[in-house]
Amino acid sequence: MTTIKQAAPRRVLRRPAGYYVGRVLLYAVLLCGAAIFIAPLLWMVSSSVKPGYQVYAMPPEWIPERFVWDGYIEPWTTFTMGTFYANTLFLVITNTVLTLASSALVAFAFARMRFRGRDFLFILVLSTLMLPPQVTLIPTYWFFARLGWVNTMNPLFVPALFGAPFNIFLLRQYFMTIPLEMDDAARIDGCGWFAIFWRIILPLSAPALGVVAIFSATFWWLEFFQPLIYLNTAEKFPLSLGLALINTRNFNNVQATFAMTTIAILPVIVLFFVAQKLYIQGLVVSGVKG
Amino acid sequence: MASESSTRTTTSAGARRPARMTQRQREELMAYLFISPWIIGFLVFTVGAMIFSLGLSFFSTDLLSSTTFVGPNNFVALAQDPLFHQALRVTTLYTLVTVPISTIIALAISLMLNQGVIFQGLFRVIYYLPALVTGVAVTILWSWVLNPEMGLLNGFLRELGVPRAALPRWFLSEQWAVPSLILMSVWAAGSNMLLYLAGLQSIPTHLYEAARIDGANPWQQFWNVTLPMLSPTIFFNLVLNIIGSYQVFTQAYLLTNGGPNNATLTMVLYLFRKSFQQFQFGYASAIAWVLFAIILVFTLMVVRSSDAWVYYEGNRR
Repeated sequence: MTTIKQAAPRRVLRRPAGYYVGRVLLYAVLLCGAAIFIAPLLWMVSSSVKPGYQVYAMPPEWIPERFVWDGYIEPWTTFTMGTFYANTLFLVITNTVLTLASSALVAFAFARMRFRGRDFLFILVLSTLMLPPQVTLIPTYWFFARLGWVNTMNPLFVPALFGAPFNIFLLRQYFMTIPLEMDDAARIDGCGWFAIFWRIILPLSAPALGVVAIFSATFWWLEFFQPLIYLNTAEKFPLSLGLALINTRNFNNVQATFAMTTIAILPVIVLFFVAQKLYIQGLVVSGVKG
Repeated sequence: MASESSTRTTTSAGARRPARMTQRQREELMAYLFISPWIIGFLVFTVGAMIFSLGLSFFSTDLLSSTTFVGPNNFVALAQDPLFHQALRVTTLYTLVTVPISTIIALAISLMLNQGVIFQGLFRVIYYLPALVTGVAVTILWSWVLNPEMGLLNGFLRELGVPRAALPRWFLSEQWAVPSLILMSVWAAGSNMLLYLAGLQSIPTHLYEAARIDGANPWQQFWNVTLPMLSPTIFFNLVLNIIGSYQVFTQAYLLTNGGPNNATLTMVLYLFRKSFQQFQFGYASAIAWVLFAIILVFTLMVVRSSDAWVYYEGNRR
């Protein structure tokens, strides 16, 4: 995998005055852009602890006059925040674990085993990437409804059992980079195919598995559409539906809305900081080498 | 059948060939076993569901009590449905504006960050952070940022001296509702920026050295080295962004629920209304297939055009 390298240091040559003008301009534009990009987030965080009257102040005020933490406390009693979080955690964990297991197994076969129709089937995997999920949405809903699974968590994680095309693709690309001699050596030592998968390939593929896990977890952390369709009672709601509920029911208490949104996105941001390298590698594998 | 022959132990040289065959067969059998989760999912949730969905689009049904065959009537009705036309217009406008703007912004930021700036890591994080705020969170945040009375954006516009009467009413006005959605999406351009940055940093420096020796100025280096080398990444992202952008739903549903006066009625939102709110599943399936067709045509157009502008190094086989 390509890792991000620092840009090559420029050779120190004669630098015309224009160079310094260019540099100043460059930093000015970058700083202005950064300020614009970060402003909404800073405003949200600062508003979540401002006293009410200050939230609505015009022009906007950035520093809270005093810190009011009600927004972070109140929703836990007026809304079932704990349940929302528990439901979301359930969805994140089941989906991540299941998609890792199923996608890795499928990707392993595509990357390292020989079988008739392999290349054709892999093209099928890739072509399903293009299929908008709306095309299969209604039959899938009908199917799960017939099983009596509406307003249960089942339709939201059972599909992860069947592997996700994107994850299969990403893992296959990584598995292909491991020398095939590894498999041969393991086979001579008496390993079966599953043992090769489990003992050789998986341990060597931690970065790729990490990328899939991160993508899956961030996707399911605030996934909205599928829970919206399948769930209809608040005690089943994940955080995404819970936040929407708070936003509509709680219109007078904007601090609470901001506070809950802030702590909802915090885990994703922390995850990004912790696993920034993996994140970027994953993006590179999926996008640059696509 | 494979297991039967594989149990036979072979010692003589003459019997070796069938034994090797069986090992091959066993590999094949195991491989099919390993990909069986995907095959089952593909048959049930892709092929089966697609056939079902295509069939549904020729029926009028609520999937419970009444089902009547209506032939191509759903598609005929769609062609005459003013709301569907509106959805088509809104989604296409949104895509045609959002995708190029976020591509250009992402490209510009990544090019600037690639000039060996100090604190590159910090800038990268700042520009990428909004992309981490997805779906519900971004919509809630922007419903306040764009609030016409006390929102951050109008606050700034007022600071800049825009008269009160001229301030946009954003998602509360028909005129500014789609631009509101576009602003929200462009804010998340950071995810593309990361990709382009990674792409830029994988361009071998010797290409630039060669260009400099040939006397190319920075502008010529950009057009003749950077852009061609980055074009596969740009191309891939363009395709993904178009596909994703045609499926926009959450923002339109939560921010305006398609309003005001259907100004933000996107195709998936219309599909959602028809199916899960009005239970016209046949009609909704027809919408899904038209959406699919549009995405396919759009994607093929970009893929076709790629020969003209995408440069694949060492790919001339």
